Amino acid sequence: MSNYPKPDPATLLEIYKKAALIKLNDERIIKQMMAGKLVMPYYSPRGQEIIPSAISVSLTDDDYICTIYRGIHDMLAKGFPLDELWAELAGRVTGTCKGKGGPMHLTCPDKGMMVTTGIVGSSMPIATGLGWAAKLDGKNRVSIANFGDGASNIGAFHESLNMAAVWKLPVIFVCQNNLYAEHTSVAYSRAIDRISDRAAGYGMPGVTVNGNDPDEMYGAAKVAIDRARAGEGPTLIEAMTFRFNGHLLGEAGHYMDKGLYAQAQKDDPMPILRARLIADGIASEAVLATLEADIDARIDVALAAAYDAPFPDVTELKRDVFAEEIA
Amino acid sequence: MTDTTTTTAPADAKVKKMTAVEAINLALHDAMEADAKVLVLGEEVADPQEGGVMGVTKGLSTKFGEDRVKSTPISEQAIIGAAIGAAVGGYKPVAEIMLMNFVTVAMDMIINHAAKLRFMSGGQTGVPMVIRTMTGAGFSTGGQHSDYWEAWFAHSPGIKVVAPSNPDDAYGLMRAAIDDPDPVLFIENLPSYWTPAPVTKQIIPIGKARIAREGSDVTVIAHSLMVTHSLAVAEKLAGEGVSVEVIDLRTISPWDKETVLASVRKTGRAVVVHEAVKQFGIGAEIASVITEELWGTLKRPVERVGAAFSSVPFSKPLETAFAPQPDTIAAAIKAALA
Repeated sequence: MSNYPKPDPATLLEIYKKAALIKLNDERIIKQMMAGKLVMPYYSPRGQEIIPSAISVSLTDDDYICTIYRGIHDMLAKGFPLDELWAELAGRVTGTCKGKGGPMHLTCPDKGMMVTTGIVGSSMPIATGLGWAAKLDGKNRVSIANFGDGASNIGAFHESLNMAAVWKLPVIFVCQNNLYAEHTSVAYSRAIDRISDRAAGYGMPGVTVNGNDPDEMYGAAKVAIDRARAGEGPTLIEAMTFRFNGHLLGEAGHYMDKGLYAQAQKDDPMPILRARLIADGIASEAVLATLEADIDARIDVALAAAYDAPFPDVTELKRDVFAEEIA
Repeated sequence: MTDTTTTTAPADAKVKKMTAVEAINLALHDAMEADAKVLVLGEEVADPQEGGVMGVTKGLSTKFGEDRVKSTPISEQAIIGAAIGAAVGGYKPVAEIMLMNFVTVAMDMIINHAAKLRFMSGGQTGVPMVIRTMTGAGFSTGGQHSDYWEAWFAHSPGIKVVAPSNPDDAYGLMRAAIDDPDPVLFIENLPSYWTPAPVTKQIIPIGKARIAREGSDVTVIAHSLMVTHSLAVAEKLAGEGVSVEVIDLRTISPWDKETVLASVRKTGRAVVVHEAVKQFGIGAEIASVITEELWGTLKRPVERVGAAFSSVPFSKPLETAFAPQPDTIAAAIKAALA
């Protein structure tokens, strides 16, 4: 890990900006759900903010990502428009998917966010295909497949990693290992220590990093992205992390190890990075407070506009089933 | 408006006879030549692996290169996933799932993703891909190599289903399927793969049926190999003074209600024939719509002909008894005329 490139101060601040947006947005979503204003299944990414933030600083709008139901952090880090996000969560016609997708199917092709799937493991085969498209385009684009530790036990993982390696596709497989697949601990559901060890079986590099550490996460992602852009093929990154709000918001969480949970909260990457930025003189407390207040203000605007917007007309049921409207 | 046509064998001497294998191969060649975005992938589709298990994709990789024509590992989820990704990324992939029973391995990719991404994204993305697959009883391939599962897909919004009955339609529907903005499942009948017939190279619109034979006493609605069987029965019954109209659906979803209803309005009697198991087959939907729309004009209940409610059997007499044959179709027509 020590030979990884490190983020410079400006990049580190950029990572924090993205991560702060994810955290504050998550907190606001939960508040709105508790107030009964948003009704949806919600898979909170709280605790996993650093992973996509540290990856996305090395991506452009041309690069593709596919993610899963717990994927709002991946979307926001890549630049998903906040107004359209809130409108989509509220099921309004002004949402990015006209309210027809919801939190589990967020899509924004203009920013390279091609597919969000609600099916465990299904981001990988499609991201592999986007990697094929990227390779054919010849524009040095890369394709990121986000998925969880649970998805590494599904057949699609094997088929996708094998095909991407055989075809030397510019795909980065990012396994966000938050230690639980729904209610099942990762220790229970595999007989190896590291998911990244599986990469050897496909002939691609595999690394396990602390996904909550911006230096390690940035470095591993940068190396994998550069490798993919250079035409050298895919990489599997296992990014260790934790999710603070369980699998589905509102669950009891009895399956979680209390000691593990307490330790993870102590290791919450957000206050750690914030304190580091101040300690290293990268940003003052006042600068960060302003940055956070600005994010909160943007969320205020986005959610107010979302609730003011109309719901989609029922005629939308006949649209987008096919390109041609159903008679 | 329907633009159905009554086709007889083209008289033009320049129209070449070819098999369905050759016609689909030609359609792929022509489509790849016309549009650099057209890709082909699947198990053994490239020439080093012999251009497909039946040779349908022969010559494509030699002509267009192995970047565009890719043999894959035996990985149906990854094949369909790669096709979806390429389609969302701006390409027009034609993915081969060798046999229709093997689509089961890729159902999540087909149903949850290919068929739904356009709707779930509010029209921001689309999946212009074709899934080619072959099937059909008759070669003693048993329970996992010859089923017709078109009803599963016709029941799924967002994917179109096409099943040509002859080489001319195979060419024309393949060209249309490749250019369609939505995913199309293209079902090829294996036992009739090598039956030559004239190919005019006309593109055939998806969603339009063809009146394969005009008649006035009863309408038979069929697709794929059952059209061939139904035409043979119609010819035989003509000798007995029965005038049978045969409609080749060509597209199963979205099906051409207008052409079917116009015909049954005329004849007052209908028989739906498919090789798939009768129970919950597409015949049930078609019979239901005919009954709903034409209740007052029907002279008899709509007859349905389909396979027995069993797995496709291996033993030859069982296999023959399982799938609809000309005599079972003839019996259903006579029941409709009673």
